[in-house]
Amino acid sequence: MSILINKDTTFIIQGITGREAINLTRECLDYGSKIVGGVTPGRKGREVHGVPVFDTIAQLVEHNGGVVPDGSVVTVPPAGTKDAVFEALYAGIKTIVIVTERIPRRDVAAMVELADLNGARIIGPNCLGLIVPGVAKMGGIGGPAKNAAQAYQPGNVGVMSRSGGMTTEISSTLTAAGLGVSTAVSIGGDAIIGSTYAELMPYFEADEQTQAIVIYTEPGGRMEAQLAAWVKENNSRLPIIAFMAGKFMDDDEMQGMSFGHAGTIVEGKEDSATEKIARLEEAGIPVVERIDEIPALVKQKIAERSAA
Amino acid sequence: MRFFEYEAREIVKRAGIPVTDYGFTTDAAEAKTIAERIGGPTVIKSQVLTGGRMKAGGVKFADTPDEAQAHAADILKLEINGHEPRGVLVDPKADVKQEYYMGVVWDGAAKKPLMLFSDMGGIDIEQVAEEHPDHVGRGHFSTLHPFSDFMAKQVIADAGVTGKALQRCTPILARLAQLFLDNDMILAEINPIAELQDGSFVALDAHMEMENEGMGRQKALIKALGIGAEEGTRETYVPSAFEEAVHAVDAADHRGVIQGKDNGFDGNIGLIIGAGGGSLTLTDAVRQQGGKPANYSEIGGNPSVAKACGLAKAVLQKDGVEKIAVMMSIVSNTRVDIVARGVIKACLELGKDPAETIAIFRIPGAWEDEGFKILDKYGIEYCDRSVSLWEAAGRAVEKIQGAAA
Repeated sequence: MSILINKDTTFIIQGITGREAINLTRECLDYGSKIVGGVTPGRKGREVHGVPVFDTIAQLVEHNGGVVPDGSVVTVPPAGTKDAVFEALYAGIKTIVIVTERIPRRDVAAMVELADLNGARIIGPNCLGLIVPGVAKMGGIGGPAKNAAQAYQPGNVGVMSRSGGMTTEISSTLTAAGLGVSTAVSIGGDAIIGSTYAELMPYFEADEQTQAIVIYTEPGGRMEAQLAAWVKENNSRLPIIAFMAGKFMDDDEMQGMSFGHAGTIVEGKEDSATEKIARLEEAGIPVVERIDEIPALVKQKIAERSAA
Repeated sequence: MRFFEYEAREIVKRAGIPVTDYGFTTDAAEAKTIAERIGGPTVIKSQVLTGGRMKAGGVKFADTPDEAQAHAADILKLEINGHEPRGVLVDPKADVKQEYYMGVVWDGAAKKPLMLFSDMGGIDIEQVAEEHPDHVGRGHFSTLHPFSDFMAKQVIADAGVTGKALQRCTPILARLAQLFLDNDMILAEINPIAELQDGSFVALDAHMEMENEGMGRQKALIKALGIGAEEGTRETYVPSAFEEAVHAVDAADHRGVIQGKDNGFDGNIGLIIGAGGGSLTLTDAVRQQGGKPANYSEIGGNPSVAKACGLAKAVLQKDGVEKIAVMMSIVSNTRVDIVARGVIKACLELGKDPAETIAIFRIPGAWEDEGFKILDKYGIEYCDRSVSLWEAAGRAVEKIQGAAA
């Protein structure tokens, strides 16, 4: 199985006529995803790779005989993102991937709060979405179908990453080692995101296919402390292995600088790589030095759990 | 974007929060006029976007207007942490009975704004939180539902404050919370908010920081404060020549994104790396194996040949850089062949042999076969995804600095 999406999941692309969105639509269709429509205001009647375009989600739903799609990939510019996500949430869409970056925090917080009230889930913003290897992908994750197939093979490891590119690097390493991936989620690199590690853990916990979790993390924010607390409070069946990038940012001469993603800025001692590694290890989550150490450790942890 | 204190006070004032009858000026003689208008002892405060102003001598007390002018003249000339003051604020010296702290920040884990209040004002709130946690009240509020004053009241009560102070501070904190949201702030702080001997409450200092991403829709406020477009986001960070060169290359072409930083790096390994997470991972991998990077960089979003070339040239033109390592995590959007063409072009244009200059090329992914063909042609050492980021970084260290540690 998988988390959040499966072979039957239908979704739409908001902002479908944008350059990146057109590529993303092609990639997802080629991979086998079910895209049932797209929305760009003023572009009703067009098609993008055979996908019909509408002015509103209401029109799209009507066209689909009143059936509300399961998800939406939002690629509209930052100033219009909140409105687009609200449109999706009010339509009853439950899984929303926000690709757009540079959205003001006030808007992100409002979208997340409304999603919570509606029982919906937001992935991102500033992310590449998620992929269930061999089944479907929702977002640009893994790139063209051919490339995605090379890096992502079905398997039993769940991947969550603050970096879209590193989601693929880690999954490829797991695939090459014969472990494969159950679902990989690019959760986004911003200071406020819709779904954190801890918030996605219950989904993986409920997914029988998943036997272990690998996370990619960076300095900045308190998300790792939240995961450590979740692990301590919940007797999870899943071993978690973490990789921490950006240790060099702990150096004195790097203080106050931001590298990589908007969310990496270190605002207090708790956000530093050193502190995060300590928190994770304290909760029994080993933090590896190198990506290529991950497969062996995953195998070892799975073996330990099944022996116990 | 950070605001000067005189601007932050104006923002606070516009939100209906009481402030003193202060004046801002860039001229010492005018400081005297302001002090005369105030008509009593004053405080002259340097207006700089950096901390430690008091310690550096940027805050002085004056009993007479003449003294205010003399202090203003001194402070206007005083550079603090490399910052020249924008001007001085002339503030009536307040007769303070008690100082309080109030602030609003984002809590990324709760995904909501967070109000903070303490009856131990005038000092750093993080220090208070650590040493006197029972003197700090905290409370989240919604970005969706209407704000109501009781939310601020609860936070103040949680700090152990009651009586008149609770009643007076409640609407002030409520207004601060509202202005935080309305103006896309990431920090809105009044420290201290002071209770004066006459029982009134007034903001004696304020810190405001607006989120850069929100500036587009806050143009009216920015204009009203008299801040010109040329001030940009007011980064206090001073870019190096390398950083400016890379920025110019990036700005010249809309395709893809490249970034380069070298403040804090002084090694000899030129890094052409990407994307966001890959760059962090690779910089660590180089350093952990004893390598000394000359710079940090990020390639993403499928840059043109010209852009990749421009970045490589900027790195190769840095002092002490003889060779570069071109490495990325697996790419799905950026094209391997385009980056390969770009870095080879940079070598050739600088009269260098690509095979000698490019220590290692490790970018697997989209269009890799085409890329590897080009690299073969020039005899450049490259590897595919079967070589890990760690191993590739190790080879770069070995080839550029000798044995990897």
